[in-house]
Amino acid sequence: MSETSSKLSGIETRVHQQPRQRQMSNTRIVQLFILPTMILLILMNIFPLIYSLYLSFTNYSVISDKAPEWVGLQNYTTILSDERFWQNFAVTGRYALISVILQTVIGFGLALLLRSKFKGSGIITTLILVPMMLSPIVVANFWKLIYNPSYGIFNYLLGYTNINTSPEWLGEPTRAMWAIIIVDVWMWSPFVMLLCLAGLSAIPEYLYEAASIDRASAWFQFRRITLPQVMPLLLIAVLFRSIEAFKQFDLVKGLTGGGPGDATETVSIRLFQLAFQGQYDTGMSSALAYIVLIVIIAVSNLYIRSLNNARGG
Amino acid sequence: MATETTTPKPALRVPVVNYSTRVDKVGWQPQAANVTRAIIAVIIALVMLIPVVWMGMTAFKPLRDAVTVPPKVFFTPSMEGFVNLFTQRRQVSDAEVEALRQRTDLGFADQVALAQQQVIIGQSEFTRQIINSLIIAGTSTVISVVFAVLAAYAFSRFDIPGKDDLLFFILSQRMLPAVVVTIPIFLMYRQLGLYDTHLGMILLYTSFNLSFAVWLLKGFIDEIPKEYEEAALVDGYTRLQAFRKVVLPQSITGIAATTVFSLIFSWNEYAFALILTSDRAKTAPPSIPLILGSGGIEWSTIAAASLLFLIPVVIVTFVLRKHLLRGVTFGAIRKG
Repeated sequence: MSETSSKLSGIETRVHQQPRQRQMSNTRIVQLFILPTMILLILMNIFPLIYSLYLSFTNYSVISDKAPEWVGLQNYTTILSDERFWQNFAVTGRYALISVILQTVIGFGLALLLRSKFKGSGIITTLILVPMMLSPIVVANFWKLIYNPSYGIFNYLLGYTNINTSPEWLGEPTRAMWAIIIVDVWMWSPFVMLLCLAGLSAIPEYLYEAASIDRASAWFQFRRITLPQVMPLLLIAVLFRSIEAFKQFDLVKGLTGGGPGDATETVSIRLFQLAFQGQYDTGMSSALAYIVLIVIIAVSNLYIRSLNNARGG
Repeated sequence: MATETTTPKPALRVPVVNYSTRVDKVGWQPQAANVTRAIIAVIIALVMLIPVVWMGMTAFKPLRDAVTVPPKVFFTPSMEGFVNLFTQRRQVSDAEVEALRQRTDLGFADQVALAQQQVIIGQSEFTRQIINSLIIAGTSTVISVVFAVLAAYAFSRFDIPGKDDLLFFILSQRMLPAVVVTIPIFLMYRQLGLYDTHLGMILLYTSFNLSFAVWLLKGFIDEIPKEYEEAALVDGYTRLQAFRKVVLPQSITGIAATTVFSLIFSWNEYAFALILTSDRAKTAPPSIPLILGSGGIEWSTIAAASLLFLIPVVIVTFVLRKHLLRGVTFGAIRKG
């Protein structure tokens, strides 16, 4: 049977199958196989999303008894004209940018280190990969002890032995941001490394041999062979991490909860506070959720496209 | 990671002229550089493991030693953290302690509690939260993998109108921030009475895992040659029989990897559990940060909980190491 068999399912059944009882047609199988997934996803995602689109145009709170009151675009204009929301986006952007750049550089560096095999390199690679599999909230919660200015080890490892002069990591705005970035980089550089290792292992050795024969410098080889060859996978890693960083919730919630003040208040944290704390402003938070949604869809479209390119190429 | 030399080329035993040896002698890769690289890599790996190792150490520290200034590296191991994690205790007076000391029927946990001037009066909630985690993660994984195998097979083998859009739709479920999804789900669950129930969490985690599982499994099934099934069909199998007897056995590795990844993701999940459960169905991740002792934060107890919670994942990471790349990229990237 050929490739076309699935396309011409109806015909194929009649031609190939001699009188066999009740064979399901391929179309039927496809439907049966895909339906459970689709139904569940529609119930759990599409329906709620449509519902919250409606709510985003209303003035509504889950904890009040009042029915949703249609207010048009008011929630959206409030959000877009409120400086604190822009601040949230700025914080998220800054955090995502710095942390993704650091992860990329460190991850790529690690991949170059672990590229050629040595005794035990498999174990070392797996050990380095451990942080990214762990539960972010549990890890973040424990990092609070590590960052503690008096009995945490972080300051000691950095060489601050006097607790009166040692820096406070989670209580000071700029450092709190860096504290989160450090944990994020610790967790996710291994991810970039993993993708880069895959890219590096696919580079054919003869490219380097040819370059050596031409007496190309190590830097030249890196810039003209290694980098371009790894680029597709590196790009995927960067996009993947960007989306995740933009969504960041667990780490921030665990480490600072958005504080001090609103110094580390990412969009997800703000959304959580708006929707599930204080006033339970469901209408407004739905509107913010939709704005986030649009940003994410834009970025993930970019992601899918480059992913397809990388696969094709 | 993977070397490209694995494809077997039988019968072609022509002596290979190895051009590369000469080039290597020109020496762009001297032995010393490799050793340095290995040493740096080992050091980095050790540094990266410090937080995890520190967690392990803190879990076995007596409560006092977890918060000393400066931090203690050497200490007498104690089970205080673990005992406190699983029990509720009551402070007792010196006289009572003396009386209890005389008794010989005290279990190990009782003795550890007694050393802190406490008696155990019951179980803590942590056991139940871990059991909740297991039930919810386990059930949702099973359902989502079953659904995903079917969907992945259909997507892999048949021409489905709008296939790319459907697949993108499925993947896009995973791109949304949890909090965005949770707002309407929260409302829906309150209406349906699914708030703080196992069923509600299982449904949510199932749909959350499905998107990932479909992509991962589709990648694995794509790799099974179509010819196997076609041969089976020619031999008189029906499509369903071919699926069951040919495709399923061939995709066991993929199914196993997908199962474990789904387990890890729902085991680790925090935001949904934080918002959609309060007591009955509360899982471990939102509970661990809330562990408090009687006098200030008991870091040994928190570390003990974290350690117990993370150890399965660390073990699984080692078991899964060959599939990690696929798993963390939703099956999009296979070994280079």
